[in-house]
Amino acid sequence: MNDAFGAPQTLLLLGGTSDIALAIARRYRADGNLRRVILAARPGPRRQTAAGQLRELGLEVAELDLEARNPDSHATTVEQAFTAGDVDVVVFAFGVLGEAERAWTDADHVLEVAEINYTAPVHLGVLVAAKLRAQGHGSILALSSVAGTRIRRSNFVYGSTKAGMDGFFFGLAEALRGSGVSVTVVRPGFVKTKMTAGLKPAPLSVTAEQVAEQAVVAARDGKQVVWAPRLFQLVMLVLRHVPQAIFRKLPF
Amino acid sequence: MNDPTTLHGWGRTNPTPARVHTPTGVDEVMAHITEGSPRGVIARGLGRSYGDPAQNAGGTVLDLTGLNRILTIDAEAEPPTVTVEAGVSLDTLMRELLGHRLWVPVLPGTRQVTIGGAIGADVHGKNHHSQGSFGNHVRSLDLVTADGTVHTIGPDTDPDLFWATVGGMGLTGVVVRATVEVQRVETAFFSVDTDRTTDLDDLMARMTDGDDNYTYSVAWFDAVTRGKHLGRAVLTRGNKASLDELPAKLRRDPLRFVAPSFGTIPDLFPNGLLNRATARAFSEFWFRKAPRHAVGEIQNITQFFHPLDILADWNRVYGPAGFLQYQFAVPFTEGVAFRRAVETIVGSGHVSALNVLKRFGPGNPGMLSFPMPGWTLTVDLPIRDGLAELCRRLDDLVLSAGGRTYLAKDSRVSPDALRRMYPRLADFAAVRDRVDPDRVFVSDQSRRLDL
Ligand SMILES: Cc1cc2nc3c(=O)[nH]c(=O)nc-3n(C[C@H](O)[C@H](O)[C@H](O)COP(=O)(O)OP(=O)(O)OC[C@H]3O[C@@H](n4cnc5c(N)ncnc54)[C@H](O)[C@@H]3O)c2cc1C
Ligand SMILES: NC(=O)c1ccc[n+]([C@@H]2O[C@H](COP(=O)([O-])OP(=O)(O)OC[C@H]3O[C@@H](n4cnc5c(N)ncnc54)[C@H](OP(=O)(O)O)[C@@H]3O)[C@@H](O)[C@H]2O)c1
Repeated sequence: MNDAFGAPQTLLLLGGTSDIALAIARRYRADGNLRRVILAARPGPRRQTAAGQLRELGLEVAELDLEARNPDSHATTVEQAFTAGDVDVVVFAFGVLGEAERAWTDADHVLEVAEINYTAPVHLGVLVAAKLRAQGHGSILALSSVAGTRIRRSNFVYGSTKAGMDGFFFGLAEALRGSGVSVTVVRPGFVKTKMTAGLKPAPLSVTAEQVAEQAVVAARDGKQVVWAPRLFQLVMLVLRHVPQAIFRKLPF
Repeated sequence: MNDPTTLHGWGRTNPTPARVHTPTGVDEVMAHITEGSPRGVIARGLGRSYGDPAQNAGGTVLDLTGLNRILTIDAEAEPPTVTVEAGVSLDTLMRELLGHRLWVPVLPGTRQVTIGGAIGADVHGKNHHSQGSFGNHVRSLDLVTADGTVHTIGPDTDPDLFWATVGGMGLTGVVVRATVEVQRVETAFFSVDTDRTTDLDDLMARMTDGDDNYTYSVAWFDAVTRGKHLGRAVLTRGNKASLDELPAKLRRDPLRFVAPSFGTIPDLFPNGLLNRATARAFSEFWFRKAPRHAVGEIQNITQFFHPLDILADWNRVYGPAGFLQYQFAVPFTEGVAFRRAVETIVGSGHVSALNVLKRFGPGNPGMLSFPMPGWTLTVDLPIRDGLAELCRRLDDLVLSAGGRTYLAKDSRVSPDALRRMYPRLADFAAVRDRVDPDRVFVSDQSRRLDL
């Protein structure tokens, strides 16, 4: 249950090894009310390391298996996440960048990216929303991307999946109004994490910590959307209206 | 099924939806409890607790204000008693009793609380040092427990369940009726002595020396002024006025109850209205308007008990982010810790205009009852960045002094801190294991505190 400051006690990370998700957990820990974190992620050394780091912060950690591409397992994962008590915040963090050129030429790969970035979030989104509605309280933080707001040639498959999941969670926020449950769509630009390792940072790049700070404050204040950094809201407002003939020639 | 209603406490923080039923008879209460809800049930009175104890996210809330009959007044008995349904407010009861030359034994800082809420939080008033808290005056009560049956309990009949219910924040069941011992009065007025004190030490010394001469005692203190006059205060103490203490004019209608109202505060206030400047102005005004030293002034109920009730819904001036009230008590031997807490608040940059300091008398056997012999302090703080840290710092001070914070005011303490503040939590849990093993009664507060 949140306290009077909107600080949660229990956190569920879907994609519990994500650098951004773990930064969000640390940020909530600093708030001082967080006690329990449920890491739902694929088993392996990355999950073990993440669990160990959170335990060192004095948090109680539970590990659950989550394979985005196996929808049959999702209901069980969600069920298990809610058995030990209420969950105050659920972070949708799993995702893949994919290989942009392969993704639009290789049918298997596009399916993989679409399943992980769109099908699994909406499937789990419905399951999680049912649980939170029954609880009568809770927040969802959904990690979308600026890449979904104006699709670029260079990574349009990734962009299209993020556009889809962004639209779903934005609409979910509307559908859940009055239920006690809020949804915040987080739209980061370039974040320096393992997902972008080896890539050249794009303009306005941020750290996972910066995204976490903005996401946590936005969720507390019941905001439906937050851009990281904030300036992207303005940048994208302009870019969305640039004619495609010009947009095509822009250097990114 | 009715639609969910969003509920919050007086501090307006952390609202959640629940299905609210307003039963008008005991049988309806029993039916709602037996019917149950996967998210449990909790009773609610007038929602005057500050945080989340009278709300239940996703579950059922029983609004007891539909059970609002005064059943019998036995003015001849010694002591006199009254039997009421749990949703009767202390305001209604007080007005009714005055006609019988009777008086409610404990009045908190607002009369807009129900009998059920007064028992659930075991509320205290300005007379705690002399007459204890509300539970001390309850002779018996009817409690509907998780199995839907009524238990008539009292200090001598199932005392464990009784003392778990007094102060138990609704977690043992729903109080539907109570018989309360009341007091005789000759008038509806009070004979009041007022002193302005120069600093905290002066205040504490005067209270220690003089409180026993008065039934009622409380100090408002200034939490803005730092330095030499830190903790300067207005101390008001008094007794019920007898008929011959009244001036001739009031003697003609000695039981007349004066309750002016200046209307309701509109819901328009922005966050941050209460800042250092406004709090300083208010503190200065409050301090200066009090006489330096006055003896035997005759005051009416509103002047003496409830100056804030003149404005309905005054909590709105704090704006939509809401506020919290931090109330703690520490033993008398911890005067130094008490002083440190005051310094911490005054030095924090968080401003509080309504600050109350009091000496508690002996506590009662209530397992989660708040009062303990010692000093208690209450401050009102608007929600702002950094307030969580300030409250945690205060918790640490209070814990190291063997003190506690008050559940009726709580919206943020940690479950671990609570365990250290209330050593009888295990006894409380044992009673619940007996009468509510499946934990039918739950609130947002009980979830937050792992109760
Ligand atoms: C301006 C102001 C001043 C105050 N001053 C004081 C003070 O001086 N001293 C003091 O002690 N308190 C004070 N309080 C706090 C207040 O007295 C308590 O919070 C009281 O419990 C409120 O009663 P309520 O009827 O509004 O109950 P609610 O706030 O609705 O409920 C409080 C608790 O009691 C339980 N409860 C309510 N009805 C029942 C029932 N029928 N059966 C079982 N459980 C029930 C609820 O489940 C909940 O846990 C003050 C509050 C305000 C707003
Ligand atoms: N980094 C950026 O620049 C950026 C920008 C905008 C938006 N985002 C979005 O932010 C979210 C978090 O990204 P991040 O930067 O923290 O990257 P990250 O550290 O790589 O996290 C992504 C996580 O997704 C998990 N995952 C991948 N495939 C999975 C599958 N099939 N089943 C279950 N989990 C799977 C991975 O877990 P494993 O440990 O199992 O591999 C990985 O930990 C992503 O949705 C991303 O799209 C990132």
